[in-house]
Amino acid sequence: MPRRHPVLAFLRNTWRGLTSMRTALMLLFLLALAALPGALLPQYSLNPGLVDQYYDDYPWLAPVLDALGFFEVFASPWFAAIYLLLFISLVGCVVPRTGEYVRQLRGVPVATPRNLARLPHHTRATVDHTAADTISSARRRLRRWRVAERTEPGGVRTLSAERGYAREAGNLVFHFALLGLLVSFAIGTVFGYEGQRIVLADGSQFCNSGPFAYDSFTPGTMVDGTGLAPFCVRINDFEPTYLPSGQPTQYRADIDYQGSDDLASGQWHPYQLAVNEPLRLDGARVYLLGHGYAPEFTVTFPSGQQRTGVVQWRPVNLATLLSEGATTFDPPGVTDPAHLRERQLAITGLFAPTAAFRGEMLTSAFPQPFAPAVAIDVLKGNLGINSGRGQSIFEVDGSMVESGQLQRVARENLRLGEQLRLDDGTVVRFDGVTPWVSLQVSHDPAQLWVLTFALLVLGGLGLSLSVKRRRFWVRATPPGPDDPDGLTVVELGGLARTEAAGYGEEFDRIAADLVPTGTAARLATVGTSGDTSGRKDGE
Amino acid sequence: MPVDPVLAFYGDLAFYTALVVYLSAMVLHAIEYAAGRGETSAAQPVAVACAGGGGLGALTRPAEPPARAPRSRSERAGRVAVLLTGLGAAVQGASLLLRGLAAGRVPWGNMYEFTSAICLVAVVAWLVVLTRQRSGAPGLRRLGIFVLLPVVILLFLAGTVLYAEAAPLIPALNSYWIAIHVSAASIASGILLVAGVASALYLVRIRSEARPPARSRIAARLPGSTVLDRLAYRTTVVAFPIWTFGVITGAIWAEAAWGRYWGWDPKETVALVAWVVYACYLHARATAGWRGARSAWINILGFGVMVFNLFFVNIVIAGLHSYAGL
Ligand code: HEM
Repeated sequence: MPRRHPVLAFLRNTWRGLTSMRTALMLLFLLALAALPGALLPQYSLNPGLVDQYYDDYPWLAPVLDALGFFEVFASPWFAAIYLLLFISLVGCVVPRTGEYVRQLRGVPVATPRNLARLPHHTRATVDHTAADTISSARRRLRRWRVAERTEPGGVRTLSAERGYAREAGNLVFHFALLGLLVSFAIGTVFGYEGQRIVLADGSQFCNSGPFAYDSFTPGTMVDGTGLAPFCVRINDFEPTYLPSGQPTQYRADIDYQGSDDLASGQWHPYQLAVNEPLRLDGARVYLLGHGYAPEFTVTFPSGQQRTGVVQWRPVNLATLLSEGATTFDPPGVTDPAHLRERQLAITGLFAPTAAFRGEMLTSAFPQPFAPAVAIDVLKGNLGINSGRGQSIFEVDGSMVESGQLQRVARENLRLGEQLRLDDGTVVRFDGVTPWVSLQVSHDPAQLWVLTFALLVLGGLGLSLSVKRRRFWVRATPPGPDDPDGLTVVELGGLARTEAAGYGEEFDRIAADLVPTGTAARLATVGTSGDTSGRKDGE
Repeated sequence: MPVDPVLAFYGDLAFYTALVVYLSAMVLHAIEYAAGRGETSAAQPVAVACAGGGGLGALTRPAEPPARAPRSRSERAGRVAVLLTGLGAAVQGASLLLRGLAAGRVPWGNMYEFTSAICLVAVVAWLVVLTRQRSGAPGLRRLGIFVLLPVVILLFLAGTVLYAEAAPLIPALNSYWIAIHVSAASIASGILLVAGVASALYLVRIRSEARPPARSRIAARLPGSTVLDRLAYRTTVVAFPIWTFGVITGAIWAEAAWGRYWGWDPKETVALVAWVVYACYLHARATAGWRGARSAWINILGFGVMVFNLFFVNIVIAGLHSYAGL
């Protein structure tokens, strides 16, 4: 034999090691273990706020975990390494098994073992049929089995039967479908996108025209934001229903939409957007994810000019919809930037749809706007909007307050319709509430494939776990020349790939049919149907 | 739809009644267990259970089992325990039914109801195992106490810590998928509870089989290790595809409710981890050196992950699944 090159030998051994059952088992364990921190630790992709919190709570540990990717487990290289190795191992395991399976399908059931008494299931009896009759009645009984007849010296006839090939087929389908599932999942994340946007429910519109239309937009790596399906939605109204306890029972937004085909005609179609009932449009889906309120403030400047601000505030309590936010105003008619920076106005604080005051403290008693009120600070000065720092629309820039460039000029609680007057004569009035909805638009071009493969996984699994691969053998030995009774000895044997799944009952039933206890046969010697209890699975 | 407080009241009453009935069944099981010394020795624990069924089987065995000795008091206790278990299951089923009628929805909308549903499935699965077993397998029946123990503990937790008034569903749960996804998850969890108990007892049993002289008295009265191993395997094999179905329908629902079919929400992640652990169990049984005790440990680990997912993830970790109302 020519000696193999050491590198080749190494590669071959590595491959064998990687595709062995034991390695697959270890990799599966690793996968389970590696996924756990993704559930136990806060994740950037799910809730970045919780990660910040973790940094505050464990200042020494958090940076280490972060550097190791523990706050982004499912995008980390080590997680990817595990599932890629697992899938290489899977391919290495399943491809040869497929070849082997095809060969088995073409082949005939294996020859009858010499000693059937060794098998987990075994029976021996004598009958007064001939060996040929015995074999042909066995053939009839095993009609749905794959069979092979053989002869042995001395007129001995045997029948090998095998059944349950679907088990292996199911197993192969299952494993290949897992591969398909992973690939479609990957395609979906690379070519899909997701965007969120808050829209006032007062007839405001939103169009899927590009990433700039969103408050936040998460594209797949192959999505550059051009060529999104150009549909539009218009939010006419938002109608939640609540129990008297304040528990919500239904969120429903009354919307109109315009698909790509309607843009030319300007046609709108009505739709009831609800939780669990997304709008499916042009390969994208529009979801109703959340809702809240935008308090309406009217500011009357000393000049007499009025400005109205309706800006969404965000819920701080999801049950009562107590909300916080910041509504900002530029004074009208001021164009000089330096001037503007001294006279910008911000209204910040809390909004309660159904106000309940605890002393001066505003809380909310119910999520619907039965008795709205606000507890606000009015700030004046430089909002720092052009400072280049990232701005949240829900709060004012704290550093401007700290540096004294933005100063509090009033603090008051206002009910609907009430107003307050600043020293310079400016009047701030709280005069309305508009609900808003937060929408999500998602696009995943591969999700139907994911579903298809998931169903194949399920089907394959069902087959491979419910079907038993089992073998049945018959050996009929004609009476010897000096046998006075002239009886044929029939031996039956059975073996299943997974004994634990139970084959004994079926074996006994078939055996009883083949060597009936009635008139035709006289049982001379009888073995016992094997008791599998002492054995391991027959694999 | 408003909640019917009268039906809800009777539902809760039935719940506590079922708990008491299960407790009584445990007491009777304990009586049988304590008296049942040596009846099933380790040597041929399953000979009866595996006896052939057909005519041949009858002929091959010593004609008939010797005329039954009059039932001992302990055996009668065991039989009544099983009857009580069945009664408990009926009453508990009625409690869930009343809950559902009271609130006008499926009765698994919060953790109290969900935990109760899992326990009911576990008990029913256990009764099915018992009835499918050939008659005269007293060894297996004795497992009843070990199946009822976790059931009673879980029900106690459900009735105290997790208890929630009957109420309609919150909007996120208001979908026909709740009937499909949650029932699949509870059925799988309940059956896996039985599997986990069988694997745990298997470990106890093989330890005593390995050292016969020092055999613990509790372990000696368990069915043989093969019976336990097979029970664990068969229940897992039934539950695993149901669990797979549950995870898939969960993803389908998430696609409609949360805007994506998979988003590594803690509940989803741990469900996948449990799935992978059970896949490990099935693989381990086909891997040399991993059958037996190691497989049993994996099965127990799998159930541990399921329990962790039910309690810890719902209550401690904030996620989209946190509808616990706690
Ligand atoms: C994502 C990774 C995998 C998962 C979730 C998985 C899951 C499963 C499940 C649930 C079964 C049970 C079906 C049965 O018992 O017939 C199974 C069977 C099997 N798997 Fe995997 N598998 C994975 C990877 C692999 C790999 C990498 C290999 C080979 C190296 C492999 C080899 C096998 C074999 C040989 C069986 C049949 C066991 C038997 O004889 O019953 N699997 N797999």
